[in-house]
Amino acid sequence: MKHKLSRFAIPYVVWMALFVVAPILLVVVYAFSSANGGFTLANFARMRTYTVVFTRSFKLAIIATAVCLLIGYPVSYMMSREGERFQRVAMVLIMLPMWMNFLLRTYSWMSILENNGLLNQFFQHIGLISLYNQIAARFAADPAAYVPITHFQMIGTPGAVVLGMVYNYLPFMILPIYSVIIKLDASLIEAARDLGASTVQVFRRVILPLSLPGVLSGITMVFVPSVSTFAISKMLGGGTEMLLGDLIEQQFLGGAYNPQLGAAISLVMMVIVVVCMVVMNRFGEGEEQAVML
Amino acid sequence: MSKELIRLRDLCMAFDDEPVLNNINLYINDKEFLTLLGPSGCGKTTTLRIIGGFATPTSGDVLFDGVRINDVPPHKRQINTVFQKYALFPHLNVYENIAFGLRMQRRPDPKDPKRMVKIPNEEIHQRVMEMLEVINLKGFENRKPDALSGGQQQRVAIARALVNRPKVLLLDEPLGALDLKLRKDMQIELKRIQQQVGITFIYVTHDQEEALTMSDTIVVMDKGNIQQIGTPEDIYNEPKNAFVADFIGESNIIDGIMVRDRLVQMYGKQFPCLDGGFGENEPVDVVIRPEDIDIVPVEQGQLAGTVTNVTFKGMQYDIIVDFRGFKWLIQTTDHSPVGARIGIKIDPDGIHIMKKSAYSGMFGDYSSFSEEYDELDDASLVPDEEESGDET
Repeated sequence: MKHKLSRFAIPYVVWMALFVVAPILLVVVYAFSSANGGFTLANFARMRTYTVVFTRSFKLAIIATAVCLLIGYPVSYMMSREGERFQRVAMVLIMLPMWMNFLLRTYSWMSILENNGLLNQFFQHIGLISLYNQIAARFAADPAAYVPITHFQMIGTPGAVVLGMVYNYLPFMILPIYSVIIKLDASLIEAARDLGASTVQVFRRVILPLSLPGVLSGITMVFVPSVSTFAISKMLGGGTEMLLGDLIEQQFLGGAYNPQLGAAISLVMMVIVVVCMVVMNRFGEGEEQAVML
Repeated sequence: MSKELIRLRDLCMAFDDEPVLNNINLYINDKEFLTLLGPSGCGKTTTLRIIGGFATPTSGDVLFDGVRINDVPPHKRQINTVFQKYALFPHLNVYENIAFGLRMQRRPDPKDPKRMVKIPNEEIHQRVMEMLEVINLKGFENRKPDALSGGQQQRVAIARALVNRPKVLLLDEPLGALDLKLRKDMQIELKRIQQQVGITFIYVTHDQEEALTMSDTIVVMDKGNIQQIGTPEDIYNEPKNAFVADFIGESNIIDGIMVRDRLVQMYGKQFPCLDGGFGENEPVDVVIRPEDIDIVPVEQGQLAGTVTNVTFKGMQYDIIVDFRGFKWLIQTTDHSPVGARIGIKIDPDGIHIMKKSAYSGMFGDYSSFSEEYDELDDASLVPDEEESGDET
């Protein structure tokens, strides 16, 4: 099928070619190259060493996406039922953190979660840590040998990484879901009520299925950046929770300089993500068409 | 004809202190096709929403079978609604849309009346199929709403509302989105469905033709008040005031004086009519329907005027005739050219007398009333006026 392109499309085509197609092609070429430029599959063979990073990345991204969905859906739904003014203010509050640089936001989380950070100082102050020590000492097998803790370990845990992801990407879950729910025809809900549906039934039978497209795009928009994120894991994971993004970064910038391997990892990650998205969108296609009406 | 089912008693409704309904009193019979007719903003949809339970009146009562139901939520009323834009569930196919109401229902288990159970699938299937037959859409079960035409969607919406076997079906301008031809077909279809299922239909529309075609009873509303309640024939033939006369069909409304019973004076001339019961020399509004006027040679006419505009309408000509500055619409099968002097004759049964009302003087002159005719008039009248100006 050949479409004739309008003249006005040319800048976009050039842009896409230069900044989307060409980089991907470069990644592909690099992935199949050896250090001296010949064709090789060795880069992919080497990746087996990093299976644990792959699984960890996908695991944390899935958890972060699930948490975003669990928080984001109720928030979007409740927001859509409030007055217009409330909705506008809430929208600004949700967007506000996004106006600040992502690294700065993550740095602030560092200072909150650190061992002598804000949160731990707060726990200290309200006596939560000594309370914990008392209880732990009582239940310890050998109370005399119990070493009291001085802080809760938060930074450097997978939980902190997930928190960082959720905090940074939650708006990307809320916005698409909210915009689908807000566009739902109010007469559909009235019709469902008229036909005898209770509030729960209205939600389950009408609102939820019709908001599925928003949920799907929310999941995509949270999962994709989560799985490829770096910096969050470095800053909040304390280096113990290396993710795919960090691994790739290392191949290009770090001491382990190996752009061919980095390209191969990127390529595999892209393929997995694309496959996931295609499968998921197939699954939701029927609903999406219905809502397009 | 049959027993009373719904009664609205002294119903008032206001939004933000803005009155929308003023003291609506109305009863609706079982198995009746009743239409609430009026221009937008007249309160007809609000009345319907109150009956359906989607709005609570500021004051007054809604009685259903003699029981006050003001505070009963929509789904507990034996009333279902067909919404303006159908509001079919886009994610469900035709079958599931119709089955929706049945799937929501819980009823006492026949074996153990204390347990509430769902309606069994076989019964749902049978009732959905029954409804598909009523609306002539068998074989469309698996289609999604967006794969249906407007008329088909409309019929699914009706079936979906009827499947719960309500006692009353509310229809809010259900044909508004359809084209003219389909609308005419659906009017007949709706009437047929109403007679087949034998329940009360309460229908809201601003289209007087729809109201006349389908209704047993028409309630004409304006500005939150009921203007007239009656059969289509009553409303058309004996409009109560200038608003009703103007809203239902075309009409010429002329200032007159009731000389005595059965004799009215217009333009200084006396016309025999059939109405009585007015005071002697009481000022009245006279309604003359455009089709009740006969065109005759000037010398034989009761009045003489000049044709200012002729529009061919297929079945008849709409001609605008100037009688001393007041423009009448006459519908006739005979052609009269623009500029011709013609005489008219009106039979006594073509003259309807109405008491003066707040609406007097607002309607019935075809040089100011109908925008469509207004524009035509303006275009054709400019040279005429100049000429007549020269003569005088």
